[in-house]
Amino acid sequence: MTPPERDLELVGITKRFGEFTAVDEVSLVMPSGSFFALLGPSGCGKTTMLRMIAGLETPTAGRVLIGGRDVTTTKAHERPVNTVFQSYALFPHLDVAENVAFGLRRRRERDVDARVAAALELVELGAMAGRKPTRLSGGQQQRVALARAVVNNPAVLLLDEPLGALDLKLRRQMQVELKRIQNEVGLTFVHVTHDQEEAMTMADTVAVMNAGRIEQLGPPQELYDLPRTAFVANFLGRSNLVPGTVVDGGDVLGIDAGGVRMQLPASRAAVSEGEVLVGIRPEKVRLLTDDAAPEPGATVLGPGTVEDVSFCGVSTEYIVRVPGVGPLVVFAQNLAADVPVARGDEVRLTWSPRHAFALPGESTTPAADVADEAPRPAVVAR
Amino acid sequence: MTAALTAATVEANEGEAEGARRRSRFAWVLLAPGLAYLVLFFVAPVAVLLLFSFYERVPGGAVGQTTPAFRIANYTEAIAEYAPQFGRSFLFALIATVLTLAIGYPLAYVIAVRARNRPLLQGLMLVMVIAPFFTSFILRTIAWKQILADESAVVAVLKAVAILPEGARLTATPFAVVAGLTYNFLPFMVLPLYANLERLDIRLIEAGADLYASPLSTFRHVTLPLTMPGIVSGSLLTFIPAAGDYVNSALLGTTGTSMIGNVIDARFFRVVDYPTASALSVILMVAILVLVGWYVRRAGTDDLL
Repeated sequence: MTPPERDLELVGITKRFGEFTAVDEVSLVMPSGSFFALLGPSGCGKTTMLRMIAGLETPTAGRVLIGGRDVTTTKAHERPVNTVFQSYALFPHLDVAENVAFGLRRRRERDVDARVAAALELVELGAMAGRKPTRLSGGQQQRVALARAVVNNPAVLLLDEPLGALDLKLRRQMQVELKRIQNEVGLTFVHVTHDQEEAMTMADTVAVMNAGRIEQLGPPQELYDLPRTAFVANFLGRSNLVPGTVVDGGDVLGIDAGGVRMQLPASRAAVSEGEVLVGIRPEKVRLLTDDAAPEPGATVLGPGTVEDVSFCGVSTEYIVRVPGVGPLVVFAQNLAADVPVARGDEVRLTWSPRHAFALPGESTTPAADVADEAPRPAVVAR
Repeated sequence: MTAALTAATVEANEGEAEGARRRSRFAWVLLAPGLAYLVLFFVAPVAVLLLFSFYERVPGGAVGQTTPAFRIANYTEAIAEYAPQFGRSFLFALIATVLTLAIGYPLAYVIAVRARNRPLLQGLMLVMVIAPFFTSFILRTIAWKQILADESAVVAVLKAVAILPEGARLTATPFAVVAGLTYNFLPFMVLPLYANLERLDIRLIEAGADLYASPLSTFRHVTLPLTMPGIVSGSLLTFIPAAGDYVNSALLGTTGTSMIGNVIDARFFRVVDYPTASALSVILMVAILVLVGWYVRRAGTDDLL
């Protein structure tokens, strides 16, 4: 849809504030027309990265390229990039139409009025053109900020937590809106957020950032299915992580975890020897009551004791403590045929090896979580 | 039963109305001292001034003797005779206002925006702006007399670099008067500008840069319109007193640089010509009122607030 010469490329980009390294040698390519999400906890450097792309911050090292052109030293106002700011930063002295027209007027473009009207139509605010921004609601201001950026047809559109200030319902609505607008205009969207659900539902590609680095990058399904680091495993959804040691190599790894033997395909393991963390998503784990037989080839743990049962409507969340392994979280769909499991029951846990994944074992935080006695170990809720 | 209820409601309503009346009476009690002060020291003197401006001097009478009259010629004569002083007053005040704005805006910007993350430096600079108020207005103006005097270092340097021709002087010139006005009214420009710029959201400047506006263009289209209220109040606080000022001209100028304030001062207290002095005062007030009204409307600041 858009010409390929509008790809955004970062090469070894680094930003230090005194002793603190906000962004640490990040290199990546964002293809033209993609919806790219930078996901990470606050302080992970994602906003700094955005500001370096916009030209509002100068990188300490590295380069920014747009369509192959090095724009590292180009001033913000000369870059084909527009930003939707977290605070919206609408000009209070200009009405909605003039806010949207601002960029076009500065570049002395033609057909300003028609393009402004079209942009306001796109965000469904045509009727508000003459109002001052202070007289709009938060959601409307957000859409004006979006129109103000989109109208310039930039090579890259940056969104700095644009939905952060909205309430939950409006946020869901705007997520759908944003996705629709991105499809319609076909611009490259770079969306910074700390909301994993927002990143997963909206983006084609998600880059999970932590402490100034990109932990993993890929389509949301891939990141969710096969996280490569404990941070990703726990930041994107929830994971059970069990420490173990690889005892058998080959196409199928054999792992000893606290006396229990587990298996998983070598292709799903980030490391194939030594200490590892075996990961399994809570919804991939099944509870086996005493007489049920596991599927052939499945990994079986337990018996363990059900410590907690939380009913969540469509599913139920169980915490099962397995001796020698620790507590594990299980999400079970509330299907008609299920036998009810109560607190204190003895159950076994089972999952298919093709759903498990293995991460490097020396990672500190998740291992500590597993050993923890907290009610939700091995899991970091977002 | 129903009647009793209705009666009770009516009574309650009456009680409420009574309360509101009492509250509004209380508000008047609170306002009374201020209102009395204004009537006594502003409304009444202005009325007397207006009255006197039409009186007639008694030819050959005692000093300052007048008779009640309705002599409009007081005004036409005053304008005809003192047009140069009026022109000079507004010209000097205008130049001083422009200069204080040119000097004060960057100063206020540095204090309010650039030093925003350094409260200590910011406080120090603000104190430096306000510090001159701790010495008397007259003393500071007399100090300028020394600074611009013929044998002063400033004049010597200016002559050495040939900016000032040999034999020329600074003191007793329009330059000295305007310099004095500019210096004396600078804080009145800086403080409102500071108060305005202090609230300026830096993110709006970033948004300007993001939307293809060069730093100059961002200033013109974002910063300047947003600081218009500060510019308007600063220039009013400078222009109005500067137009009526007579201290700077009296101390730093000559009769050739005298402003309308000097004339009013002389008419009131030396010649004791109350009708003319009153007429001049009224003309000055009306002229300032008209100019200020035009300026405020022109700047369109009511729209910004």
